[in-house]
Amino acid sequence: MTATGVDLRDSPSQAQFRALARDWLRANVPPVPLSSGDTRAGFAQHVEWERRLFDARWAAVSWPTRFGGRDASLWEWLIFEEEYYAAAAPQRVTQNGIFLLAPALFEFGTDDQRERVLPRMAAAHDLWCQGWSEPGAGSDLAAISSRARRVPGGWRLSGQKTWTTRGAFCTHLFGLFRTDPDAERHRGLTYFLIPLDRQGITVRGFGRLDGDEGFAEVFFDDAFVPDETELGSCVLGAVGQGWQVAMATTGSERGLTLRSPGRYLAAAQRLIELARERDPGPRLRERVVRGWLGARAYQLFTMAQVSDIVEGRPPGARSSLNKLHWSQLDIELHETAMELLGPQAEQDSQWSRGYLFALSGPIYAGTNEIQRNIVAERLLGLPRA
Amino acid sequence: MHFALTGDQLAMRDAVRDLLAARCPSAVVRAAWPGGDRSAADAVWTELAVLGLFGAAVPRRDGGLGLDETDLVPLLEEVGYAAVPLPVAETAAVAAPLLAQAADPHGQLRGIVAGTSQVAVQTAADLVPYGHRADLVLSLRDGAARLVAPAARDAVATVDGSRSASLVVLPDGGLVTDDPRLVRLALARADLANAAQLIGLGRRMLDLTVGYVRERRQFGVPVGSFQAVKHPLADTLLRLEFAAPAVLAAGSALASGDATAERDVSAAVLLSIEAARLAARTAIQCHGAIGYTVEYDLHLYAKRSWALAACCDTDAHLARLADSLELKGGGHGR
Repeated sequence: MTATGVDLRDSPSQAQFRALARDWLRANVPPVPLSSGDTRAGFAQHVEWERRLFDARWAAVSWPTRFGGRDASLWEWLIFEEEYYAAAAPQRVTQNGIFLLAPALFEFGTDDQRERVLPRMAAAHDLWCQGWSEPGAGSDLAAISSRARRVPGGWRLSGQKTWTTRGAFCTHLFGLFRTDPDAERHRGLTYFLIPLDRQGITVRGFGRLDGDEGFAEVFFDDAFVPDETELGSCVLGAVGQGWQVAMATTGSERGLTLRSPGRYLAAAQRLIELARERDPGPRLRERVVRGWLGARAYQLFTMAQVSDIVEGRPPGARSSLNKLHWSQLDIELHETAMELLGPQAEQDSQWSRGYLFALSGPIYAGTNEIQRNIVAERLLGLPRA
Repeated sequence: MHFALTGDQLAMRDAVRDLLAARCPSAVVRAAWPGGDRSAADAVWTELAVLGLFGAAVPRRDGGLGLDETDLVPLLEEVGYAAVPLPVAETAAVAAPLLAQAADPHGQLRGIVAGTSQVAVQTAADLVPYGHRADLVLSLRDGAARLVAPAARDAVATVDGSRSASLVVLPDGGLVTDDPRLVRLALARADLANAAQLIGLGRRMLDLTVGYVRERRQFGVPVGSFQAVKHPLADTLLRLEFAAPAVLAAGSALASGDATAERDVSAAVLLSIEAARLAARTAIQCHGAIGYTVEYDLHLYAKRSWALAACCDTDAHLARLADSLELKGGGHGR
């Protein structure tokens, strides 16, 4: 609750920030799109782009300046995202680190860990992937069985992680391992920060439905990780506190910071331009309008959410609403595009690749089935099964 | 940028909510159907007048509260939540502000603000919701606004019996304004009011259903513990939560006189109709057979939501949005 009412326009300083971002992007976004960040060659191009972002302090705008950020407010971050996607700037390949690991570091890490890890992450010197899922533990994350055994000077890791996005291109992994073999489920887990070049760690990339080597399995064969690496302590938070550390950021992961409205506003705009070219009949025209409506609704929902966060009302389980909405919206937008393209939909294109990727939206970052359970149980108060 | 209600807006909303919770429970809505006693509903009208609701969007110099469309949205959500069987929105959000803006040529504004007249609204459609009992009808047709007492009324059987809808014969005269801009604004407010009430109705149906499925037990457990029940209810909440901000944003756009205001109203209407429609279907289904009776309260809210949806020309709103996005019409593909 504040004295100022609803005002959806940029403030003068926000307008200034927007102009700054827009100008920089206009001057720096590569005119020819890079190859896909899920291929080796393309990944290298994207890493180079991340370094340019970092050098200009655009890689992680909401971080403190001493870590390479701009101390930007959440509003400014939203604005930057809008401008980024409107400029058709390259896909970000540091997202797992910036949006999943970094919040955990801010909340549970030591100053030493933050100083060592964050700037290198933002500059894409270290590329982080997430080691959560295992063959036997997908939605049921508490069923993980990969172990970390305490030995002198460090830990020995055993087990297997899977569905690790871009794991084959990454240098480091943050993951949950079971440190207390007698504890079950979410107890006795520890959150580790692991360099992937250690002996005993094998990364095997494999293909996703959208064709690229975007998945990986990571095998830990009694791999030794020392207590201290050049990134500081290999444990984030306390031993045995892994579940709490992981869950604290689950909310932000699912919701706002993983997918900002700018992404879908830009996609909706491209869809509108495609429709203008194709001049479809009323049915497809309605689908285009509804796609835009979904993106606009997400923008407004997010603005309300940011107002809440800024005024001290964190979203909590409402982040599941974000995730449900954007994942379905993405499919809607791309399915409409595929229809507009007609026979051309069969050809490889930005739209076809976007469509294939959109199909994974309801699966990653917590399946939509799990999200609906969360909404029903935590927001509506319905009883657990 | 800021997108949250102020303390004052929340306080006013809570006042309306508390009043309606106490004085307009489902029994009052039910009693407004043909054959029932409408005195309780009329008492609600008086109380809302005391609260100042009918003059909410009327300037202070005309005896109103001097608020705007942004303030009205949360209040109208509550009116929808309670399914008040009276032309509250028509009087407060359409008639009163229009009269104020048109300089009240026939001196009707004070009485309306004071709650002495129930005003129904006639748009392009012949059927006038609340037309059978309203004191005055505001006709918004052919670019002109006229406010008159009907010369004749012909009650019409409707799906939502609490709306006392009527065909009306209106005498000539009573011109409030023929400024097309003001008439368009009044129509936009009418659409906005429907959208806000639809959100409220959707929330009411969702709340009813959540309450029911938590209690109802089958196979030894509450039926609300089954995913087949949980997931549609989650989807309903999802739609409502993404429609509601669009309604508030449309109110803000109207209040600010934004160039995009009519487009924003169209967006609000389409999103709120989808959300309320889903809420009604899900509510009926998740209740099982009991939701399909008239003894149970659900049908009161579902029927009101369908009635409000019927008042909105969704094709026209879609066309307006398509135009605003510069999607040309009439094509048949490449």
